[in-house]
Amino acid sequence: MDFFNAHILTIIAFWPLVGMFALLLIPKESKNAIRWWANIVVLIGFLISLPLWFQFDVSKAGEMQFVEDAVWIPALGAHYHVGIDGISLLLIMLTTLIGPLAVLSSWDAITERTKEYYAFMLMLQTGMIGVFMSLDFFMFYVFWEVMLVPMYFLIGVWGGPRKLYAAIKFFLYTLAGSVLLLLGIITLYFQYPQIASTHPEIAAQFGAAPTFNILAFQAMGPFLDANLQWWVFLAFFVGFAIKVPMFPFHTWLPDAHVEAPTAGSVILAAVLLKMGSYGFLRFSLPILPSGTHAFVPLMVGLSIVAIIYGALVAMMQPDMKKLVAYSSVSHMGFVMLGMFALNPNGLNGSIIQQINHGISTGALFLIVGIIYERRHTREIAQLGGLSSVMPKYAIVFLIMTMSSIGLPILNGFIGEFPIVLGALEANLWWAVAAGAGIVLGAAYMLWLYQRTMFGKLDNPANQNLLDMNWREMATLVPLIIMAFWIGLYPKPFFDRLNAPVSRLVETLHKSAPDMHAQEDRR
Amino acid sequence: MGQFFQLQDLQVIIPELELAFFGMLLLIADLVIPEKKTIGWFALIGIGGSAFSLYKLFGREATLAYGGAIVVDSLAWFFKLLFLVAAAITILLSMRYLEVEREHHGEFYSLILFATMGMMFMASAMDLVTLYIGLETMAIATYILVGFLRGNQRSNEASLKYFLLGAFSSAILLYGFSLLYGFSGSTRFLEIGNFLGSAPPDNPILLIAVVAVVAGLFFKIAAVPFHQWTPDAYEGAPTSVTGFMSVAVKAASFVMIWRVLFFIIGPMRPYWIPILTVACILTMTLGNIAAIAQTNVKRLLAYSSISHAGYVLIGFIAGNETSFSRMGMAAVPLYLLVYTFTNLGVWAVVVALRRKNILGERIDDMNGLFFRHPASAILMLIFLLSLAGIPPTAGFIAKYYLFAAAVQSHHNVLAVIAVINAAISAFYYLRIVVAMFMNNATETTGMDLSAGVRITLAAAFVFTLGVGLYPGPIIELAYRAISLQ
Repeated sequence: MDFFNAHILTIIAFWPLVGMFALLLIPKESKNAIRWWANIVVLIGFLISLPLWFQFDVSKAGEMQFVEDAVWIPALGAHYHVGIDGISLLLIMLTTLIGPLAVLSSWDAITERTKEYYAFMLMLQTGMIGVFMSLDFFMFYVFWEVMLVPMYFLIGVWGGPRKLYAAIKFFLYTLAGSVLLLLGIITLYFQYPQIASTHPEIAAQFGAAPTFNILAFQAMGPFLDANLQWWVFLAFFVGFAIKVPMFPFHTWLPDAHVEAPTAGSVILAAVLLKMGSYGFLRFSLPILPSGTHAFVPLMVGLSIVAIIYGALVAMMQPDMKKLVAYSSVSHMGFVMLGMFALNPNGLNGSIIQQINHGISTGALFLIVGIIYERRHTREIAQLGGLSSVMPKYAIVFLIMTMSSIGLPILNGFIGEFPIVLGALEANLWWAVAAGAGIVLGAAYMLWLYQRTMFGKLDNPANQNLLDMNWREMATLVPLIIMAFWIGLYPKPFFDRLNAPVSRLVETLHKSAPDMHAQEDRR
Repeated sequence: MGQFFQLQDLQVIIPELELAFFGMLLLIADLVIPEKKTIGWFALIGIGGSAFSLYKLFGREATLAYGGAIVVDSLAWFFKLLFLVAAAITILLSMRYLEVEREHHGEFYSLILFATMGMMFMASAMDLVTLYIGLETMAIATYILVGFLRGNQRSNEASLKYFLLGAFSSAILLYGFSLLYGFSGSTRFLEIGNFLGSAPPDNPILLIAVVAVVAGLFFKIAAVPFHQWTPDAYEGAPTSVTGFMSVAVKAASFVMIWRVLFFIIGPMRPYWIPILTVACILTMTLGNIAAIAQTNVKRLLAYSSISHAGYVLIGFIAGNETSFSRMGMAAVPLYLLVYTFTNLGVWAVVVALRRKNILGERIDDMNGLFFRHPASAILMLIFLLSLAGIPPTAGFIAKYYLFAAAVQSHHNVLAVIAVINAAISAFYYLRIVVAMFMNNATETTGMDLSAGVRITLAAAFVFTLGVGLYPGPIIELAYRAISLQ
């Protein structure tokens, strides 16, 4: 048990990989054994991540906890260094929660090449968890890139008709962003010894040698040359913005989402996109505070465009899945807008909204998947009046629609409200744009609901549809519970975020002494 | 300096002598042994013996021998090991392959040994004449190896092209060497280097000498614009020989560049850096773009190898006006070693695709390979990811060193172009992945997994993933190599 406690993060991260190697030993003909095993592995993965939530010291939520540190590549100064604060805690919990649901949802959907499918799902799980817990930039990059491969296969092998195109586009887009990110990392790596040599307090804490330690980078952030920060921010921006995805780098997303199998879309939307926004939070903002300030107009502008554009395009989609995909673009625009308001409300809302987006969009993709398995179409025009044959489905769909559009008592509201508030504190027009986005969001989601669930059940193919079975309920009920929990009692979440967020805001304000002056001028 | 030849000088070239001895022994053995595979095993014994002697030289201080014409230092040691590994793997891959091609002759193995011996002298050369003789020993043996499939028109054509262009480039190189000799009055690297260090650098004839030398070297590593011979030669040559050329011959050319740039024309750095930079960018970019359009795996890998040579050039460019970046210097041997293992893994798969009556060279021939030979397909996937520089493979670590060296010495534009190229290259490597994993198998899909192929795949796999996950020792080895101890 001591061993477990001392290495809890490592165990959580690599348990799915261990499970994957065990899975490879199961003969590929015994598909049910493979399914059971994969489900058990991810479920255990979730259970062993629960102690994180309870053992996490909320009073020190701004500091890294459960830290493990060992030298990995001495020649480079790269370490195996993991640890989590309040922000990464929430994202890791989201990952370990979504993992089992996505795997469970694949039970009937994946009938071909089952073994490889589950192997890639488990590999992906390890990669995602690793990204959120890395405190060494080199290691972070390894996890970040490793994840591309399983996701590429998930889309490319089990995807829809244009799967090859979508898979390659996804891979190349993300890779092109990542390699520029790598250059940014390398630049910081070489900057560190110079900063450490002139700032003894940093050298005393993190050593004078070149390092990839993210905490050391955060400590040196305020002292970095502004021009350099601008360039490194640009490199990080390309890497992270493609992943988020921010307008105009979003074009891979609809393709990838539409072609991916349901579970792939769920993971993509619920977790993978968060890696981009997490990258901004963990790296760009604290390490490059003055670069951040310089980029605020661009970031906010692109976020607002994404909010409005994503919503308008979503409204015009004839395909349910594509609609949800574009709604992701819009919602991630909210996340980025809140983040770049650079105030406590905006940042808190941005992080909560990341979790919310994981829950509600993940659920919406599951919901789309359920109807697709029955009808083999996602075209909205083919559906209609389903609430009479699938009442349970209609209720779940309704809850998640409300969650997505930000109805109070559900989770979406808890995220959107602080974001709008934060935007308002920063600039009135930002808040107006966000408000317009919320209205549009409500419009396309409700219209979707109306067209699919209400109306006459006149398509004969829809008349004998079965309602959700227990397995499908099991994939959605946890998300519904989460939606209500965050909606009704979000305090535990905010408790875990307040400390890291105020730390972040403090760093940002320290390096922008003239920011208040700017605000006064407004 | 004293006497030109001393008896103890022989000690330091024992590994080369063993290869020469075995090479000649095999020629005689070929007359009496009907089973040609046996000759292959003998050749492997020769390589093993040579490697053992080389191992005994490890850790020795750098020694100049033959009056300063030959040096045995850690760099030479490192590359000689690389050549021996590549030669051994080539022989393992060839034993079944040559039977399939019906061209199994004993002299094949002798030629490999002779070529390897030439490379080993190139790694040790500290004198223009020694270097040139090493180079030609390697090159002539390779010309013959490329045309080894006597009945095959493509192979003959490839050999002739390779020979003509190779001879032409050797002549250019030699022209540059002779100008250098004419200026400095010496053929020794160190003396020429000292002379150039004190000579007025803007002498036009000296610049011609530098340009001629650099152009000749570019031919040998197939840098753009001197790369046109590569796809034809790589496609026509017996596949195992192509693998040998893409790693060993290329590495030998790079160690030659290393010595020439650092020891001879190092003082002229400000003059050749722009040439190298342009060539580096063109080589990476054109190699990658041309590879995208290929449908033949051998041609695709030929262009891929061109682009990899472009990446390696970054290692020489890194640094400032007058001095080299240590990280860049170390990245060169590191990259070449990683590339050797990874690429030989890839070539092993291509060799195994060649079966009776089936050429197995098109990307289509790899369709659905995963369903027929899952393990080989997964290994191929890992090798391709390593070539594309995706972690956690050795290829990522090696590329990281090159990119980091460029950033460290403020070659930021070059670094950006290089990483974008790395992303482009993923596109054509993924085409092979798509064929293997996502297309359905056809009649021509299949492999002939001989013992040699299996051993190669296993070795390449252990190296590629082992170094990717725990690169410390190999990085130290590369740094040790450039310390010239």
